[in-house]
Amino acid sequence: MARKIGEVILDLRHISLSFGGVKALTDISFDVREHEIRAIIGPNGAGKSSMLNVINGVYRPQQGEIIFQGEHRKDMDTHAAAAAGIARTFQNIALFKGMTVLDNLMTGRNLKMRCNFLQHALWWGPAQREELEHRRKVEEIIDFLEIEHIRKTPVGRLPYGLQKRVELGRALAAEPKMLLLDEPMAGMNVEEKQDMCRFILDVNDQFGTTIVLIEHDMGVVMDISDRVVVLDYGRKIADGTPDEVKNDPEVIAAYLGTQH
Amino acid sequence: MIYRETGQFKTSYAADQQIFPIRQDRIGIAILLAFAFVVVPLTAGNYWFNAILIPFLIFSLAALGLNILTGYAGQLSLGSAAFMAVGAYAAYNFQVRIEGMPVLLSFILAGLTAAGVGILFGLPSLRIKGFYLAVATLAAQFFIVWCLTKFPYLSNYSASGVISVPNVEILGYTFDTPQSRYLLVLSIVSLMALLAKNMVRSSTGRAWMAVRDMDVAAEVIGIRLMRTKLLAFAISSFYCGVAGALYAFCYLGSVEPDGFSLDLSFKILFMIIVGGVGSILGSFLGAAFILLVPIFLDIVLPWLSELLHLPVDSATVSHMQLMVFGELIMFFLIVEPHGLARLWQIGKEKLRLWPFPH
Amino acid sequence: MQFFLEVLIGGLLSGVMYSLVALGFVLIFKASGVFNFAQGAMVFFAALSLVGCMEKGAPLWLAFILAFGIMTLLGIATEKFVLRKMVNQPPISLFMATIGLAFFIEGLAPLLWGNAVRRLDIGLVDEPIPWILEHWNMVISKFDLVAAGLALALVAVLALFFQYTRVGRALRAVADDHQAALSIGIPLQHIWALVWAVAGFVALVAGMLWGARNGVQFALTFTALKALPVLILGGFTSVPGAIVGGLIIGGTEKLAEIYIPPVMSGIFGGNFGGIEGWFPYVMALLFLLVRPEGLFGEKHIDRV
Repeated sequence: MARKIGEVILDLRHISLSFGGVKALTDISFDVREHEIRAIIGPNGAGKSSMLNVINGVYRPQQGEIIFQGEHRKDMDTHAAAAAGIARTFQNIALFKGMTVLDNLMTGRNLKMRCNFLQHALWWGPAQREELEHRRKVEEIIDFLEIEHIRKTPVGRLPYGLQKRVELGRALAAEPKMLLLDEPMAGMNVEEKQDMCRFILDVNDQFGTTIVLIEHDMGVVMDISDRVVVLDYGRKIADGTPDEVKNDPEVIAAYLGTQH
Repeated sequence: MIYRETGQFKTSYAADQQIFPIRQDRIGIAILLAFAFVVVPLTAGNYWFNAILIPFLIFSLAALGLNILTGYAGQLSLGSAAFMAVGAYAAYNFQVRIEGMPVLLSFILAGLTAAGVGILFGLPSLRIKGFYLAVATLAAQFFIVWCLTKFPYLSNYSASGVISVPNVEILGYTFDTPQSRYLLVLSIVSLMALLAKNMVRSSTGRAWMAVRDMDVAAEVIGIRLMRTKLLAFAISSFYCGVAGALYAFCYLGSVEPDGFSLDLSFKILFMIIVGGVGSILGSFLGAAFILLVPIFLDIVLPWLSELLHLPVDSATVSHMQLMVFGELIMFFLIVEPHGLARLWQIGKEKLRLWPFPH
Repeated sequence: MQFFLEVLIGGLLSGVMYSLVALGFVLIFKASGVFNFAQGAMVFFAALSLVGCMEKGAPLWLAFILAFGIMTLLGIATEKFVLRKMVNQPPISLFMATIGLAFFIEGLAPLLWGNAVRRLDIGLVDEPIPWILEHWNMVISKFDLVAAGLALALVAVLALFFQYTRVGRALRAVADDHQAALSIGIPLQHIWALVWAVAGFVALVAGMLWGARNGVQFALTFTALKALPVLILGGFTSVPGAIVGGLIIGGTEKLAEIYIPPVMSGIFGGNFGGIEGWFPYVMALLFLLVRPEGLFGEKHIDRV
């Protein structure tokens, strides 16, 4: 592969998160290197989504440290994460259902737009220029994801597989450094999965985007990821290349159950 | 057959971004504006101006304001009338207290005052949503009307808070005929509708809709919820405030705080439900519809009663009105939650394909 | 001090009435997730129906039963013709539909029963209790006390009903999870109709007590609106919350009405009465800033 894996871009140290008395994550540390595809796997309820939520500031961990691009933080906040170049998709699609595909993608670029509401109200001039400029970028992504035919369709009317793709598009529209994907292939058929895999690899390859993904399909995970971290009951039980993880006895136990 | 976009290719994104991308729509709106600005003033009588056209335009503006907040930003408000009241009283005070204050400037200042009050009552929206917020906006409704009644300063020490506004005068011209007032209101409303359309089709509007549709995702994209919601409150209140000022200056001439009651707030809410939540056009259609219903009933009910030999007094008519309003709201929410604007759109799409069914 | 207590107790007793209306909201919200704005209109409608039946010559007990029948019909009709058709719509649309329903009922009630203000005599007089007047020199209304007692008894009965009957259990199951309740064979629509009937009953009791105190008139709907801030204080899903919230609102609004206007008149001059018109709402609003989920509401964690 042409891409080169770089330095550590995200470093999570001793993250612990709990809701009330319920522990979701306990003392988890791992890192993500630039340009790599990093998978988080684990049984249901292992804390995978919580992990992503910690990375982009939806949840605030009680303990630990998050270092993104050399900047040390106790916790992220969503705006800082977005501004630093972290974009994501959600397990249960979180698109803006009343808006068209085009508007969803344009919204993804919100942070890059500089005009204020008064300029927008006047429209002619800076606002229109800005709109056109971003429209061009968004159209590139629309081409990339092969969704030209539905650009003016309200996303609420699209089938599930396409919605997943649009959500990826919305995240890409922000031109992120790091992309967090929460089960991008859940509920898809084989063809849709293949398409999605191709898009993820292309994004990683063409744009050099670092990718952290949660996925249940082990075949896919083993195929596309560079390193895998395994969670179980909110703890990290393994971390390494797909092959290392695959043969780890604790991982096998977590997935298949232990003998007592 | 005439309504076809065949052959109209868009070769640039700029062309694709127009408010009316289809040529026939552009011609249509031009004809409509010409009609409203030229034909109507020449032909309509005073009853039309005073009882139908002027209130229609003013309520359209108020509905537009509420639609920005509720339809686009998704924050339900039951206090629009109170923000109209703020606008009306603010404009009055700026006029009365500052010598030589231009009327248009006092309208703008009235809008800004309403926007400030709107932000204040919008603050709870940062922590609460849905019904909770709706109830919180009731606080604005009752508190503001009470203040206007009880603080004599606000109504320049007139009895029970009634204010009588001076004639509107711009650059030496006095707007004392219904025609002239109609044209003034029409100009302001058209301009503000255009500005609103521009806002909702750019990233300001997209941020509002993003917060409305999925606030967590909006936050993750980097949209600041607080700023976005408060901006919606401010702009919505600005629109309601200007509508209130026009209501006092160009429609009634004298208003009292109790005129801006909870009932009026509901009426404005009904306008956007019937017209179309999240649609500029819908605000106008809804305002027309809700204003015409009572007029229609006033005509039809006596006629019906004569036909059926049943006595109908004015109280009955007003009760029937309540029932019809209630039924309409339930009907639209059940059958077409996107209101008349959506029906209009469906109609146009059908026409585009006609005579083929698909 | 004595005067303060008198005002406070008067306020608390009228607060029980707010609780009663709030209870109707809570019942429907718990069972169907609908925030029923029309509860106030239902109070008005119930009171008018009661008076209407009595005017036609029915004794109180019969009129009460008839009015309950009418409220049940209204509830079933609402469920069948409005809510059932809006099953997949967002809660805020349902809320707006109930505003429409409120208008409808407010128009229908006077059409059926006439719109004159009526007195409702239920055999209770609004007069101070002599014994308290004698010993503590406080004016505590006999009517208010009995009404509050009745309201509390109703709450207790409802609580028992929910806790110990089969229907009550089904109701709680529905409140917890519609789909799950449906999947174990609980007839959702019957339950909803039932809940509307119970809410109608609560509205009837509230309407009867209020109507007897202040006359049966349109203004009842406004008084009933005060149940909304009560709900915010107590939380939308909590029966004890409705009661405590009602007491707090009732007590504080009367105290505010007595003690704030003189202070304000002292500063600004003029008359500042009528504070109780907005005080509950503003208080609820400020309270929301501190504790958005209400006193007894459940904290909500967004899952993404």
